[in-house]
Amino acid sequence: MMTKERKYSSELEDTNFADGQPDLVWDHENVLDLDDFTVQEIETVIALAEQMREVLDRRIARAPALRGFTVVNLFFEPSTRTRASFELAGKVLGADVISVSADNSSVVKGESLIDTVKTLSAMRADAIVMRHSMSGAPYLASTYTDAAIINAGDGSHAHPTQALLDIYTLKQRLGSLHGKKIVMVGDISHSRVARSGIWGFSAMGAEVVLCGPPTLLPAGLNENLDVSTKSTNLPSVQVETDIDVALDNADVVMALRLQKERQQGGLLPSLREYSKLYQVTQERLSRAKQNHVLMHPGPKNEGIEIAGDVASGSNSTIEEQVTNGVAVRMALLYLLAGKGQAGNN
Amino acid sequence: MSSGTAVVLDNVAVDRTVRRLAHEIVEFHDGVADVVLVGIQKGGALLTKQLIREISNIEDTPVKWGTLDITLHRDDLGLAGLPSAPLGSELPDIDNRIVVLVDDVLFTGRSVRAALDAINYLGRPKAVRLAVLVDRGHRELPIRADMVGKNIPTAMGDEIQISELDQRIDSVLLRRGENQ
Repeated sequence: MMTKERKYSSELEDTNFADGQPDLVWDHENVLDLDDFTVQEIETVIALAEQMREVLDRRIARAPALRGFTVVNLFFEPSTRTRASFELAGKVLGADVISVSADNSSVVKGESLIDTVKTLSAMRADAIVMRHSMSGAPYLASTYTDAAIINAGDGSHAHPTQALLDIYTLKQRLGSLHGKKIVMVGDISHSRVARSGIWGFSAMGAEVVLCGPPTLLPAGLNENLDVSTKSTNLPSVQVETDIDVALDNADVVMALRLQKERQQGGLLPSLREYSKLYQVTQERLSRAKQNHVLMHPGPKNEGIEIAGDVASGSNSTIEEQVTNGVAVRMALLYLLAGKGQAGNN
Repeated sequence: MSSGTAVVLDNVAVDRTVRRLAHEIVEFHDGVADVVLVGIQKGGALLTKQLIREISNIEDTPVKWGTLDITLHRDDLGLAGLPSAPLGSELPDIDNRIVVLVDDVLFTGRSVRAALDAINYLGRPKAVRLAVLVDRGHRELPIRADMVGKNIPTAMGDEIQISELDQRIDSVLLRRGENQ
């Protein structure tokens, strides 16, 4: 942004000075999942993320709006991008950020989740970013602390910040998600990315298609089932087990990581067979729209759920997703910081 | 005294004041070759637009300009309810140039402090000056404007209203607060 020279005659009239301050709509003390987000709230996060992206792209990426705000990353599961992303997001905004990972904390000595959260809360943490292998853990944590809890992934349940950064990335590429066909391929049943994505993408008006082997599709998602008997309360989605049918005319294809650590045997005959039947390849993508967007939340197993040339191809947004992730997390921390302290007045 | 609203600068007076400010900026810096006008979002950005027009009537050299959003540099996040959305900054290179910060109203000085902080992260200007349309007093920080359109003595509870019309500052109103 620093290089643009604007002079009176050329661009003054093109600049909209009276661009209204966008109305921020936000009513959350925690970010646990997108199921309780309104469309306006999602749009608020995206609009703020755009501004945060501008800060992030500066030569000196720093805007200390969160001075004195303390963020604790509490990770009970491994993570590279989500943890680094939250750390950077906090630091760019001038917050104090510390990271605690379970394997070198008192959790090893048997401290419970609740005690760990209470301890961090007693140290006056303003926000706790939490990843845990148990679905619902951040919900439990939020009842024991005044700190804002941000769910950075809980079991197979939710990963709301990933869904928000995916929505932001798609809005950059496609303008709007309305009416777009988004196909998520792979291990749906273990995927918190898929679950939060279903909420977020559906709220933004996209048509969501889930594709995977029957053993990796959660029961009760099929739209043919009566809503009252569905075993989940997720928005309605289409389910397709044939990847070639699923990818037909797709606007967006998201390959999901095959979660080897969560395959407790019996779900897949072999990795080889899985990759033969469900790997997202250039050939299969030829059925999608020509200018389709290819996403992967990372970390990816190249050669299993996604082919290497596809991941680094021109339709891929994998690296943009990572950069946008920092901007989205900056926006969320900013909103939570503003909300939290205002509530105490 | 009952509360009421008085026009401090009508549209003719605003134009006249902006014209004088434009002349002062040009005179003070011996032209505008080194100058970058930086409007603080969003009142200052509107005023910047008006200043650029006036300067283009006096000087052949086009003046460089940009807009600065200070939302993320404010010191009151969380104190005033929901934070506001930044409008974004768009600046030319400011290194070794003279930045003239432009704002509509100078009050506590906290916006200017935030703007100086923001500038600090965006480059290293040769100097930073401050031009404002209205100085209403009640500074809370040691900050003073180099070029002032109009000094308006106010009470702390008074409100200065800037009314816009067609993306420009049209008039300045003073609304007296209660309990006076």
